[in-house]
Amino acid sequence: MNSRLKYIFVLVCLFVMGSTSSYASSEEHSSEGEKSLNVKELILDHLADSYQWHITTWGDHPIVVSLPVIVKGENSGWNVFSAARFDHGHSAYKGFYIAQEGDYKGKIVEKNASGDEIRPWDISITKNAFALLVCSIITLVLIMSVARWYKKNSTAESPKAPKGFIGFMEMFIMSVNDDIIKPCVGKNYKKFAPYLLTTFFFIFINNIAGLIPIFPFGATVTGNIAVTLVLALFTLVIVNIFGTKEYWKEVFWPEVPTWLKPIMIPIEIVGVFTKPFALMIRLFANILAGHSIVLGLVCLIFLTVKLGVAINSSMTVVSVVLTIFISFVEILVAYIQAYVFTMLSAVFIGLAQAEPHHAKKHE
Amino acid sequence: MLLQPEAGLLFWMFLSFGIVFAVLAKFGFPIITKMVEDRNAYIEKSLDAAKEANKQLAHIKEQSEAILASAREEQVKILKDAESTRTRIINESKELARAEGLKELEELRKQMKLEKEDAIKDIRRQVADLSVDIAEKIIRNNLNSNTEQMAMIDRLIDESMVSKS
Repeated sequence: MNSRLKYIFVLVCLFVMGSTSSYASSEEHSSEGEKSLNVKELILDHLADSYQWHITTWGDHPIVVSLPVIVKGENSGWNVFSAARFDHGHSAYKGFYIAQEGDYKGKIVEKNASGDEIRPWDISITKNAFALLVCSIITLVLIMSVARWYKKNSTAESPKAPKGFIGFMEMFIMSVNDDIIKPCVGKNYKKFAPYLLTTFFFIFINNIAGLIPIFPFGATVTGNIAVTLVLALFTLVIVNIFGTKEYWKEVFWPEVPTWLKPIMIPIEIVGVFTKPFALMIRLFANILAGHSIVLGLVCLIFLTVKLGVAINSSMTVVSVVLTIFISFVEILVAYIQAYVFTMLSAVFIGLAQAEPHHAKKHE
Repeated sequence: MLLQPEAGLLFWMFLSFGIVFAVLAKFGFPIITKMVEDRNAYIEKSLDAAKEANKQLAHIKEQSEAILASAREEQVKILKDAESTRTRIINESKELARAEGLKELEELRKQMKLEKEDAIKDIRRQVADLSVDIAEKIIRNNLNSNTEQMAMIDRLIDESMVSKS
């Protein structure tokens, strides 16, 4: 117990020293440019997507991974080139450049014939897209390795129980399957289990990857509305495609007194869309908020620089402790949000599997 | 800015999630869940079989115990029977032996009696012979006195007795 406490203490000290030294270096080269730290800008900048993956700045030299840009210009057709061509947004390439301000700030734009700034078709592999692809591959490899183990080692006649990591994964998968999907969807759950399990692990792995601050992780993938939008769309489509006749009847002709129907029908129709919309916003907002809090707490160190060494160092300790605490909370949130998204999707699917039993009772 | 979904990211998300979903829904999760369910069914079946076997075993044990108990009872009964038979046989043989002995004794006695009678007869005959002999001798010797005669007879009888016995 004592040695563990010592270990934690040393770890905290290292963190403090690490952050103060990095503050020193960043202070040096930012002192020439802006005088005060714009926390809002900084946090938004970190959360936003970008064409390059800024890992760190070594002295004056930024270490950056340039990601491929794929754009379709008005006249120039499809273009694929490295984001390094933009020279950190300072120069244009083939008529494309990164807007420094305006509606498209930070995005690739081009000038059309009349000289207006327009957005080309842009499917560049941005930071988030890249992290998304990495996490997709991790998810695939993870689950397929488990599935392969079963294919190789276990048959229906002589089944085997896995050990170690695969055993853990099995426990994880089956807990999601048995504790979320089975009770929430109902008796038809087997048809929907693959989708819901995929959703769970996709979200969970992306959430966890977002918490690891080392390349190629640490992007705010599930805190990006495009990602949660697609997930919610999938749920919307699956809920409504597999909805039973009874489900549609409840939407368009609910069992309420006739005079309530003009009110209820629009509400039900809006409800069809608000359910996945809530899913989208919930996941997006939770992950975004978590990342913002971590970034904000780290910024605390740099904000208190001007208040003197004593306050700065004590705030550094507070900030590091709080950051560690929030990071642990975020691990919990990563699980809970994946859980909630899966569970609510399962509930919506289950609701759409309504059977006409109480309709018959009425007759 | 954060609330505007980017077309590029939408595209990549749609693509990657779609592929992940398609692959995992076809080759990933169904295999895992099916295998686990198969295994659970197998375990259930094995448990049932084990329970059944246990039940049967218990039944067999019960039966064997019953058989054992009855065998033991039988044994006790047989032993008791044997015991009683033995004592009966012994008693009978004792009885028989006694009867036999008595009979033999009786016979012996009878024979002894006969032999005694024979002996007496024999003695009598011998006594008669002796008497005749003595009488002969007496007559032959021509005795004077009565007392001498009597002593003589006594002596002769004694002699003959001694020689007889």
